[in-house]
Amino acid sequence: MATLASGASSPLYAKRRRKNAVAMTLAYLATGFGLTWLALILGVLFYEGFSGLSWRVFSEMTPPPGASGGLLNPIIGSLVMTFLAVLMGTPLGILAGTYLAEYGRYDKLSSVVRFINDILLSAPSIVIGLFIYELMVAQMGHFSGWAGAVALAVIVVPVVVRTTEDMLTLVPDTLREAAASVGLPRSLMIQKVAYRAARAGMITGVLLAIARISGETAPLLFTALNNQFWTNDMNAPVASLPVVIFQFALSPYKDWQELAWTGALIITMAVLALSITARFLGGERKKS
Amino acid sequence: MNSSGERPVVDVAFQGGGAISAAEKGDRAKILKRLRFGDNAFRHVTRAAAIAVLIILSGIIFSLVYGAMPAMQKFGITFLFDESWNPVTERFGAIAPIYGTVLTSLIAMLIAVPIGLFIALFLTELCPMWLRRPIGIAVELLAGIPSIIYGIWGLFVFAPFLQQHVQPFLISLFGNVPVLSNLFAGPPYGIGILTAGLILAIMVLPFITSISRDVFEAVPPMLKESAYGLGCTTWEVARYVVLPFTRVGVIGGVMLALGRALGETMAVTFVIGNAHRISGSILAPGTTISATIANEFTEAVGDIYTSSLILLGLILFVITFIVLAFARLMLMRLNARLGK
Repeated sequence: MATLASGASSPLYAKRRRKNAVAMTLAYLATGFGLTWLALILGVLFYEGFSGLSWRVFSEMTPPPGASGGLLNPIIGSLVMTFLAVLMGTPLGILAGTYLAEYGRYDKLSSVVRFINDILLSAPSIVIGLFIYELMVAQMGHFSGWAGAVALAVIVVPVVVRTTEDMLTLVPDTLREAAASVGLPRSLMIQKVAYRAARAGMITGVLLAIARISGETAPLLFTALNNQFWTNDMNAPVASLPVVIFQFALSPYKDWQELAWTGALIITMAVLALSITARFLGGERKKS
Repeated sequence: MNSSGERPVVDVAFQGGGAISAAEKGDRAKILKRLRFGDNAFRHVTRAAAIAVLIILSGIIFSLVYGAMPAMQKFGITFLFDESWNPVTERFGAIAPIYGTVLTSLIAMLIAVPIGLFIALFLTELCPMWLRRPIGIAVELLAGIPSIIYGIWGLFVFAPFLQQHVQPFLISLFGNVPVLSNLFAGPPYGIGILTAGLILAIMVLPFITSISRDVFEAVPPMLKESAYGLGCTTWEVARYVVLPFTRVGVIGGVMLALGRALGETMAVTFVIGNAHRISGSILAPGTTISATIANEFTEAVGDIYTSSLILLGLILFVITFIVLAFARLMLMRLNARLGK
């Protein structure tokens, strides 16, 4: 005890406490610093974006410079391309995720696919744009909404594969065994039992994928390109919110810049709403 | 549960009928046959979907190589070291964009990694319980904000702020210091390598925080409690118990963030200045691979120009592929250690 007590007042002990105090202060400062920047970004976004938010934004086309207008055609373009991308990417992602979790959980193919999928998950999206450009735009000879949707679908797939696999892995094996014991073939066991048990998590994955693609700009730049006007033709270039923001923000016109801020606010709100819904549905989901 | 396990199930169902007529037996056989067919079909479809993921990746590589072929044939290996970027004479080189990509990511990592780790330390060791969830959720929501938002903010708010307040200060501060005066030379443009690096840092910060917090939380409480029991300070627990235990995971997370930063397009394109040259000063405008592609691809005329941009994309993909593969290997090693 005596040595301990004398140790407590020794220079070594004081030094350790000092070091600790410095490190802890740094931890507080770092948190304050990080949160400040992020709050600043959101604050400015709301400040700049709200002033331009009006019914006109949702009801009028993008204006020529110097005139007033809205963001109707890019909003619709984004919605349609996102919808098509999810329609194409989700089934593929769910099926691949099913294979990884149900059929080939431990086989060689799965570990390769898992690895590649994780890389695709964080691959630079502009490279995916180049890929679809080569695959579709260069072959068809023109930019198109379809190419934009396919580029987004390529981003959807890895997200959905990952969450589907994670969620199916969480389904207890006893459920599967119970299904097998009443004579259910494996495919029906997966569809009727495993999918149902994992449904909330799988929907979460799709929502996260939508959140991810709704702000993607790079893959659309040279696939869907942009369009000043309304179009129903997915074979023609289609405007999208992120690309319009990009174009308008870099323009020298004040009206365009204001619309860009408003568009940025709309995207952020949509993404935040999606992520919050996904979090609410998925509960305490871990991702890595 | 392997694929050979499903046959007996169906056969048992087939035999288990007991006293049934021949006609019923025939119907039953038909149904079972259909079920077995559906079963096999479903398995093969899911397998095909899994293989499709591999096809997507090889498709990306193949199409980039195919598109980059003309430029590769024309420039060969010199493409990697040539600084010129001249659409008129059709001479292109990748060194300036590569330099910009690496330098901006380096700046971002230098700033975001220590701050992110300290925030994660705060969240796992210091933060009061009731605050952990809200801050954790805030961090994860912010990690999901599209990069174009960071870009537009950087262009309209951050760059002017740097230009008016920070950069003149840096220039006068380091103006007489031998090496640093070159690093911080030139007029304060606002936009440039440093600005892009700082924006990237803010962007990957939530990402690094979120991953390192997850990794820190995976440390068995027993280990930390033992260290606290020995009388370690919080810092000592973090430094000598948590960090060594999670080292591979932290490295993996940092590499993942680096992969993001290297390939990031929109946050950088707004503020980099798009200048194809290598400048000693980090205040000067520069360019990155992704910014070059985003800015010039739709306006590129001529096969060589387009092809050179695709070759740039291929280089970016190879770099990020290596970084991300390394990151995944590290994270897999951590999971193996945790017995997952």
